[in-house]
Amino acid sequence: MTDKVKVLTLIVLIVSFFSYTLFLYKENYSSNAEYGTMADKGKKLWQEKNCNSCHQIYGLGGYLGPDLTNVYSQRSEAFIKVFLQTGTNIMPAFNLNEEQMNQLMAYFKSIDSTGIASPAKLKPNYDGTIER
Amino acid sequence: MELLKDKKPISHYFIVTGLILLFSTLSFGVIGALQYVYAGLFRENFSFEKIRPLHVSSAVFWILITACGAVIFYLGKVKDGIWSSKLAKWQWILFTISVVAILISYIMGIFGGREYWEFHPIFALPIVIAWILFLINVLKTVKVFRKQPVYVWMWLTGTIFFLFTYAESYLWLIPYFRSNIVHDMTIQWKSYGSMVGCWNMLIYGSSIYLMDKIAGSEKYSYSSIAFALYFLGLFNLMFNWGHHIYTLPAPKYIQYISYGVSMTELLLLGRIIYFWKSSVDTAKRHYHILSYRFLLAADLWIFLTLILAIAMSIPAINIYTHGTHITVAHTMGATIGINTFLLLSLVCNIFNVHQPKTEKNITLGLNISLIALPIFWISLIIAGVLKSDWQMHHFNDIPFSAMMQSLHPYFVVFLIAGILLTIGFFIIVGSLLAVFFKKQINA
Ligand code: HEM
Repeated sequence: MTDKVKVLTLIVLIVSFFSYTLFLYKENYSSNAEYGTMADKGKKLWQEKNCNSCHQIYGLGGYLGPDLTNVYSQRSEAFIKVFLQTGTNIMPAFNLNEEQMNQLMAYFKSIDSTGIASPAKLKPNYDGTIER
Repeated sequence: MELLKDKKPISHYFIVTGLILLFSTLSFGVIGALQYVYAGLFRENFSFEKIRPLHVSSAVFWILITACGAVIFYLGKVKDGIWSSKLAKWQWILFTISVVAILISYIMGIFGGREYWEFHPIFALPIVIAWILFLINVLKTVKVFRKQPVYVWMWLTGTIFFLFTYAESYLWLIPYFRSNIVHDMTIQWKSYGSMVGCWNMLIYGSSIYLMDKIAGSEKYSYSSIAFALYFLGLFNLMFNWGHHIYTLPAPKYIQYISYGVSMTELLLLGRIIYFWKSSVDTAKRHYHILSYRFLLAADLWIFLTLILAIAMSIPAINIYTHGTHITVAHTMGATIGINTFLLLSLVCNIFNVHQPKTEKNITLGLNISLIALPIFWISLIIAGVLKSDWQMHHFNDIPFSAMMQSLHPYFVVFLIAGILLTIGFFIIVGSLLAVFFKKQINA
């Protein structure tokens, strides 16, 4: 392989990569957690308390606790708040105040509205792809 | 700073920092596994949300910092010395201070980042600056870009792309990018997928250099097949990340592109199987070389990990493995079986380990880890299969806690195998650190 072929291949790959990247950046799917809203503050709290080390959103995160993408529609707000207040035998109590609790609720509500995370709801096709 | 006064190359300081981080990775890994088995252990002050990032960030920095050390060392060999040792020294200082500060911040319960980079985003700044110094050093050292062997191309692309993907992983700081969870997670996993490809470029590049050295021929590094495989790797680095997010309600074309691109990895698999026999023969011939033993161990784990990775890249299979411990088996299989074994092989070569007693100890450590790792891996896969069955069929009738309770026996095996693995790696890390510090006393 000559240097010319190598450089050309590299250029083709780089141009394709950045075109795809820019295309994806532009694709901001219909937004429901606007910046600065309660949901956004809840998201910040989620990161600050590192909830993700044990819980998952859309199956991504730690594995010690359950996926919480749809917890908002599966449980009541009151139930989730009590859980957060008391903790469990594994999860520590996070001592959140009422406002922080509400921010987290808004965050849960916003992710819940984006779709269903359970893989059981996806349909595998014979060609190896999946259908929602 | 006393250490820096002695005349060892700066690359060795990167490596020693890496080895200490490997020690920390293993220690926090054992605590994390204990928490899996003894629910609620250290719940008050040292719960899993601290232990996991302490473990995972230590692992990520063990890989990154040691990979940088290896590139600096080998690039220096290829090009008659690195362009600026001073710059490399500043890079090392920035890395070390940041990592220590990050680990302390975790212990204090300060977070703010995201998976794998859970630290407060402020710490990303010194890491980016350190990486820019590294990039300048690599570019200035390579200088002439014509007729370079494949490993130089890999070091260059790995270094340049890492900077881009790392910066990309912080786009969430900009309101536009964080305003929608699905878009945000798409970009997050796009950057993570490519980032892993970048550090693999640095590690595989160094391993190819080392294999050439052991084989006593540079023929492979200039061959068309080497470059074809390099471009295939780069193609996958750029486009195969979508398998992390198949289950996200993102546009379907992401699924198709990633699925298609990931399948090209079958070519890599085919090549490994094709060269399997000859690589074993070579291994026999070179069996006395410690580095070669680690390379062989990594060879086996590349094979196993690639099979699992290819399977997981098929969306219809991915829905069964996603969100289960099969993913953990894949991640740890890759970071231990491939990255850690390859890096240890490089470190043995760079530290020039030849003393019979050290060689014996390291071989013992390697053998222990080779026994423990498959048990560790399989216990995670079985736990993952059972969780998958629950996710797909019993989500509504069996509570999460009951499902986790049923996985308990496999977590016990995971813990025991993990402790054995840790003992094996401790012997290796201890022996390598002793080589470094003893030589310093002699100097
Ligand atoms: C060189 C050694 C190791 C490396 C490089 C390593 C790397 C990693 C990585 C990258 C993850 C994240 C997995 C994911 O997100 O999918 C992880 C998770 C984990 N590792 Fe390790 N690991 C090592 C050794 C160990 C050992 C020896 C143990 C236990 C004895 C252990 C226990 C764990 C646990 C409990 C988790 C968390 C799983 C969860 O999220 O629930 N690791 N490790």
